[in-house]
Amino acid sequence: MVDATFDLALDSQARGESLRFALRRLAIYAFLAVFALIYLLPLFVVVANSFRELPEITQNGLIALPHSFSLKAWPQAWAHYCVAGTCEGVKRNFFNSLYMTIPATILSTLIGAMNGYVLSKWRFPGSETLFVCIVLGVFMPGQIALLPWAYILGALHLSNSVYGLILVHVIQGLSFTTLFCRNYYVNIPDDLIKAARIDGAGFWRIFVKIILPLSPPILIVTVIWQFTGIWNEFLFGVVFTGGTQQPITAALVALATSQMNAHPYDVASAAVMIGAVPPLLIYLFGGKYFVRGLTQGAIK
Amino acid sequence: MRLNVAMSNGLSPNESIHAKASLREKLGAWVPGLAIAPGAVASLIYVFGFTLWTLYISMSNSTMLPTYKFVGLKPYFDLWSNQRWKIAYGNLFYFSAFYVVLSLAVGLALAIAIDQRVRGEAVWRTIFLYPLAVSFVVTGVVWSWLYSPDAGIEFLVRSLGWHGFTFRLTTNRDTAIYAIIATGIWQSSGFAMALFLAGLRSVDPDLVKAAQIDGAGPARIYRKVILPSIGPIFVAVVVVLLQFAIKTFDLVVALTRGGPGIATTFPANYVYDLMFQRGEIAVGAAAAIMMLAALAVVLVPYALWTVWRSRREAAHG
Repeated sequence: MVDATFDLALDSQARGESLRFALRRLAIYAFLAVFALIYLLPLFVVVANSFRELPEITQNGLIALPHSFSLKAWPQAWAHYCVAGTCEGVKRNFFNSLYMTIPATILSTLIGAMNGYVLSKWRFPGSETLFVCIVLGVFMPGQIALLPWAYILGALHLSNSVYGLILVHVIQGLSFTTLFCRNYYVNIPDDLIKAARIDGAGFWRIFVKIILPLSPPILIVTVIWQFTGIWNEFLFGVVFTGGTQQPITAALVALATSQMNAHPYDVASAAVMIGAVPPLLIYLFGGKYFVRGLTQGAIK
Repeated sequence: MRLNVAMSNGLSPNESIHAKASLREKLGAWVPGLAIAPGAVASLIYVFGFTLWTLYISMSNSTMLPTYKFVGLKPYFDLWSNQRWKIAYGNLFYFSAFYVVLSLAVGLALAIAIDQRVRGEAVWRTIFLYPLAVSFVVTGVVWSWLYSPDAGIEFLVRSLGWHGFTFRLTTNRDTAIYAIIATGIWQSSGFAMALFLAGLRSVDPDLVKAAQIDGAGPARIYRKVILPSIGPIFVAVVVVLLQFAIKTFDLVVALTRGGPGIATTFPANYVYDLMFQRGEIAVGAAAAIMMLAALAVVLVPYALWTVWRSRREAAHG
């Protein structure tokens, strides 16, 4: 399809040049617009239905311009709706996710930066092999880790707690954060480090004074990656926690799959928005840096 | 460091500097190792310890609780004699092929379209990339509504006047997998678009100019000059998408719950069922190991290719 539009523009010497050019531009914009509609449809549906009244939704369908306006669904979803046996909305699950995601993101990013610093600037015999071994964790399916984690969390008395999930996510995230940081730090010239060592700077001083000030681009990538990944994670949340300890993703599945008939689309839409807004905000503010950083060094 | 100072106090200035330096060097040599040790040990336990642990349990007679009595490959035979597992493994390959190829195609088409110096590039990019920030759970829940006949797309088209219209992907066991494929593409093609776009922008402009001077049209330039030079990005995107595909779990839970019947069971969902719903821990572990095997089929060739490429680059200076 895109090729065809180029072919149209091929014989640019012809008289119909300007017309063909206009047609080609039109085709490109039409193509983008069609896809943009498909991409935006779910977002529109969720936002619109969280402000519509349920009888109107069931009458006119989910995909319709709003003919009613109501704020009722939001407090209902936040604090009153019954999910998995308790009628407190998704408020608690939202905070579980927040208390899980923020420390796990910070810890895994810091440890990953330290790993990346050592593996790129303080190499030792076997450090390359160690790097490859750590990065293998990126590809491990979570299912492989379920039984060992269940045992370890049980032994540490961290089953069914947000702290257990923090531990799981920090260690699982290290593979990603180490990969990102090491591949970024490798491109910092070694001469900078050498010069600092000649000036008497040691391991920690070089990290704080040279590496960290150069790190914001990659730290933004790792923080966005970890935050959205941990916030959106479902498997560990649903396996290792239950009821009031569950993160928001598990609560959303419970909410969406429990009601077999008379779907409460208005409340569910508001709950879905509550679950989707934090990573969306992170992405809206940081997405530009994320893509730039990812293509600069992380995926190579 | 305080230790250094204390020990050097009794020495003459010259000796003191010397001793200080060597002691500091000795201690200093340990610092990087100590700094990386906690993270490295945890990661190694996670990668190797956990895999071996699960591998061992997959050859034990565990049922409700893990036990360590070795029974060899019996759980694997149990697994592969199970119809539901065969469907799940088949679904995985079917889904992966469509999901990866079509995500690449859509992502590339969008990237090339955006690359034609369109107005409002940042807006288009944001629209196509935002699904990546949203969880598979949210995506699955919302699309399950859109696919549902009594409120979603079918309802919309019928209410516009086409009363015979049917669109029931998720309620038909033959088509439910396509609902999962389409939804997966909706979520991931923006990621492919972003990486392709960055790749298109990084192509050497002189190469493109040379081809233009030689009289090549835009289509030819894309085929012969630009796309070959972003080959590595292609491979990276394929690897990332494939490992998303193999780990597919949340999307299925939220979208079809494996149904209708068992039509859209995936390996990840079956592992969960075996381990935590049916008390078949050994068979569940065997299924998890089979997932790892599927990943290895993808990753070992990729790793070899990466090594080959870096050797070749080194050889060419």
